[in-house]
Amino acid sequence: MADITVDTKGLACPMPIVKAKKALDSLESGQTMEVLSTDKGSLNDFTAWVKQTKNEMISHEEENGVYKFLVKKG
Amino acid sequence: MDTQKEKTTIVLFSGDLDKAIAAFIIANGAAAYDHDVTIFFTFWGLNTMRKDEFVNVKKGFLEKAFGWMMPRGAKKLGLSKMNMMGMGPEMIKHVMKKHNALSLPQLIELAQEQGVKLVACTMTMDLLGLKQEELLDGMEYAGVAAYLGDATQAKVNLFI
Repeated sequence: MADITVDTKGLACPMPIVKAKKALDSLESGQTMEVLSTDKGSLNDFTAWVKQTKNEMISHEEENGVYKFLVKKG
Repeated sequence: MDTQKEKTTIVLFSGDLDKAIAAFIIANGAAAYDHDVTIFFTFWGLNTMRKDEFVNVKKGFLEKAFGWMMPRGAKKLGLSKMNMMGMGPEMIKHVMKKHNALSLPQLIELAQEQGVKLVACTMTMDLLGLKQEELLDGMEYAGVAAYLGDATQAKVNLFI
């Protein structure tokens, strides 16, 4: 289980990463965050964002239009 | 952990609703990237940051005329395309709501909340006859040197 879950389903760009950033700020290094999103651009968005912000994408999946990302804080 | 943060700057020259929305989405995205973000408002872009109520300040005739002709705040901006005498902006606002996208006033609030530095160009404020009292609270006031100071350290610099 992730340490925190951020549900951004239904929200449009740029809210998913804005909310994810806020949640990640509350975590310690090594803790994990799960993000749910229905934004079709979110796979590319989160891949780029996680890499540039020195965090780690542990896994990502898509089911019925809902993207699920598991991110570990760097 | 406190290494020098990355920077992003945006010059918002345009006073069009669609362009202002794009600028604020990028600014909020960059803030989520943990960048120090500056938006520098100049010329028509200044109207985005006008308060929507009338502010009684001492002005000359031309300055007053400019004040009346220019949109008073983010809610009054027109579209760069398909404005249709103001019908376009209403349509786009409707569609944005339907798609759960934030409105321009909400994007501005979010930017303030995320610590985006909002800077008004004082030289063009003088040209357009805009006073500090007429712009939203919490803005900074500066010129090209201050902008370049931020921009030279930034990797992302946009002119919109």
